[in-house]
Amino acid sequence: MSDATEFAKPRASVFAGLRLTRTAIFAGGILLFWLVLALFGPWIAPHGEADIISTKTFAPIGEGGWLGTDKLGRDVFSRLIYGVRTTLLLALVTTVISFTFGVTLGFAAAILKGWFDIVVSRIVEAFMAFPSTLLALVVIGAFGTSITVLVLTVGLVLSTSVFRVSRALGYDIGVMDFVEAARARGEGTWWILTREILPNSMAPLIAEFGLRFTFSILFLSGLSFLGLGVQEPAADWGLMVQENVGGLFLGSSAALIPAACIASLTVSMNLLVDWFQQRQQGETVLEKIDQ
Amino acid sequence: MSDILTIKNLRVEGRPPGGTYVPIVKGVSLNVAKGEVLALIGESGSGKSTISLASMGFARPGCRISGGEIWLNGRDIMKLSPHDRHALRGNEVSYVAQSAAASFNPALRIGKQVIEAPLWHGAGDAATLTATAVDLYRKLDLPNPDTVGNKFPHQVSGGQLQRLMAAMAMSCGPDLLILDEPTTALDVTTQIEVLKAFKDIIRDQGTAAIYVTHDLAVVAQVADRILVLKNGEMVEEGPTAQILHDPQHEYTRTLMAAVRPAPHLVDHVDASAAQAPVISARNITAGYGALTILSDVSVDVPAASVVGVIGESGCGKSTLARVVAGLTPLREGEIKLDGKVAAPSVKDRPRDTLKDCQIVFQMADTALNPRQRIGDILGRPLEFYQGLKGRARLDKVGELLELVDLPRSFASRFPGELSGGQKQRINLARALAADPKVILCDEVTSALDTVVAAGVIDLLKTLKDKLGVAYMFISHDLSTVASFADEVVVLYAGRVVEKGPSKAVFSPPFHPYTKLLLSSVPEMRQGWLEGVADTGEAKAASAGSVVIGAKGCPFSNRCTHVISGTCDTVAPPLRVLSDGLEIACHLPTGELPDRGL
Ligand SMILES: Nc1ncnc2c1ncn2[C@@H]1O[C@H](COP(=O)(O)OP(=O)(O)OP(=O)(O)O)[C@@H](O)[C@H]1O
Ligand code: SF4
Ligand SMILES: [Mg+2]
Repeated sequence: MSDATEFAKPRASVFAGLRLTRTAIFAGGILLFWLVLALFGPWIAPHGEADIISTKTFAPIGEGGWLGTDKLGRDVFSRLIYGVRTTLLLALVTTVISFTFGVTLGFAAAILKGWFDIVVSRIVEAFMAFPSTLLALVVIGAFGTSITVLVLTVGLVLSTSVFRVSRALGYDIGVMDFVEAARARGEGTWWILTREILPNSMAPLIAEFGLRFTFSILFLSGLSFLGLGVQEPAADWGLMVQENVGGLFLGSSAALIPAACIASLTVSMNLLVDWFQQRQQGETVLEKIDQ
Repeated sequence: MSDILTIKNLRVEGRPPGGTYVPIVKGVSLNVAKGEVLALIGESGSGKSTISLASMGFARPGCRISGGEIWLNGRDIMKLSPHDRHALRGNEVSYVAQSAAASFNPALRIGKQVIEAPLWHGAGDAATLTATAVDLYRKLDLPNPDTVGNKFPHQVSGGQLQRLMAAMAMSCGPDLLILDEPTTALDVTTQIEVLKAFKDIIRDQGTAAIYVTHDLAVVAQVADRILVLKNGEMVEEGPTAQILHDPQHEYTRTLMAAVRPAPHLVDHVDASAAQAPVISARNITAGYGALTILSDVSVDVPAASVVGVIGESGCGKSTLARVVAGLTPLREGEIKLDGKVAAPSVKDRPRDTLKDCQIVFQMADTALNPRQRIGDILGRPLEFYQGLKGRARLDKVGELLELVDLPRSFASRFPGELSGGQKQRINLARALAADPKVILCDEVTSALDTVVAAGVIDLLKTLKDKLGVAYMFISHDLSTVASFADEVVVLYAGRVVEKGPSKAVFSPPFHPYTKLLLSSVPEMRQGWLEGVADTGEAKAASAGSVVIGAKGCPFSNRCTHVISGTCDTVAPPLRVLSDGLEIACHLPTGELPDRGL
């Protein structure tokens, strides 16, 4: 019987299995670097985030601290290290919130269909009709600038896009034969969602997570820059740009350094997502070759 | 001899992402002369499509042509610049793909798309090109050749669209035409008109052609020479008659042996009337949204027997299976499973009822969750229906695997690590795990190669004898149904037009549609096509297309026997003839078409 032959399936090491490209290693390295700094920041940073170390404000690189001082004479280097903590943590929390709402509602809409789908979809569309910054401005303006409000608002704004992605995935996978087979067996909605649909949505959801994470960093930095985000004396990269933007005219790089850091973080994340998506696609190309 | 295409020692490699190149085509040489049709045959994965693409100097993404020469009209096209090579396509070479629907832009009128390529290549102005195109439509026997170009793709039938696709390919007057499974997606009745049109136009224009297919009966009709491929290597090559009747190579003989036999009738066990049928569907009406697909369909499946459901694509075969399984709730009628009335929707059926009736889907690939191991896929129904856990469950999974002739070690694999035939066996095993009384088999073999499909059918037979399970066997492959089913139901446009014991259905008298269906199954005999395509029945059938929800007899717009005034206004009821045969036709019994195959 020709269809009963054994397959030889080589199992390579974990890293070979990842099929890393040079770009992916580079981007991953940068992300890892920031992550380590975020975790061990307080032990690494020479000064506290709010400590004023010099009477000289906007000191150039090398004077005062490694990377100079900011508008109040605080150490830019230390604030940068504390800042990555805030930035990454906030981005993570907001993205997780957006996924909790977006994925639950998106899949529920795809499975339950009917009026639930219509109502939720219309609400989400209404939200998306507003420019996201404007939306955040209104909400934060109304409720004040606390971290809770900030996190919830950004999470909500991000969740609209997550909802759309999850709903589309749910619809696409929900009509596949293996889901039909589970339905025909008599499985309940919970099983179908958690065992059949979700495992098969993981790859696109992971990519979406990366993209939302990037967007969240940019969005939060933007809000901080507008003065609606993280408040002083806490350190946050977006906030640091805003605080020190006046120093640009005095030749200080205190605003440019955090901006460059934001760029390095978001670009790396995007590169990593690209690599991941290409890798997933690569798998489908392989299937085509096999035909 | 004037060869249009000569390929020497072609090698193509494909690369899994991140991996190294592996050979897909390993040194194949071939040549096609002017006006000659060369057929490439072989199982899926044998490199048929890869070679046909390479003859245009094209490789799929992830593949590369790594060696060999491809001479087209006296030039080695691998030595041309990519731009020049691109210019060949749609000029000297044309390609007809499996699905016409995917090749047409739904938003543009057909005529415009047909002349697009020659217009781009500057072969003339729109008016003259349109005139040439209309000429082609006429040669391809399309209805209303003057106006068909003004229609949109969705306004013509599948067979007509495939012929229009051929017109598009021929519009630039190519020297070489590549046809990649151009009729595989079509029904037998439509296939005839398309095959005939292809054949005539190739003869007429003296084009060289490469015809890729896995259907040997089709090859017998159109090819002058056949090249048999296996795993990217040439196995055998020769004139059609020689390959068909006197194959030299062992592999070619296996291929020939697996070819479906022409419908031959076997005596089947008569359903024992004593036992209640495992499925009894009465007067089913069902559909999707506002659309009604099935109307007034009644089907019985007696215990431990096989009921075949045949009919062309879109007639509602899958819908019937889904209604019985409760996936698409019925609107009217009643379904009894094992004598007990079953709720219309799967959600309202108790597990005992669900367990008795299992469904196996057409596409083996998509019916298995790619993220679950085989052990879990088979284990879940065991746990769900029988409460098996741990060791007991594991043992039973092993038994199931052995039941479908697969090694126990497969339990730890993912579906992606299995071939098509193996996946279909797993699908069967999953259905068997519920220990059902009846399995709904929806085209379980149509996505498989002939050799593999034959193996699956054998397995179904063995399981039936061993376990006493009944099947509702949905298929458009008449020969398989004829040799496998005890009873047959013929569906047309969502209605039962004929049903009865298999032997009675496949022998006269026939319903006019059954007759058409049976005479449309390609035979291995060369010259069969010419004989059948010119009959009044085939001509009448190609004139119309299927109408769902017609007022009178649904077949009336394609029937040669139509009684005007009656057939198009009054729907004919099923009437019982001898031997339990039922036919829905207004013709008196004596006038029903008889001479059969
Ligand atoms: N989910 C759906 N929504 C709307 N229409 C549908 C849906 N599924 C099928 N149909 C339509 O119902 C009709 C019957 O479809 P069905 O799948 O039962 O045909 P079939 O006989 O199984 O065809 P095939 O041989 O191609 O599998 C077709 O016209 C199809 O387009
Ligand atoms: S009822 Fe009339 S149209 Fe229908 S199959 Fe019979 S003769 Fe043909
Ligand atoms: Mg079907």
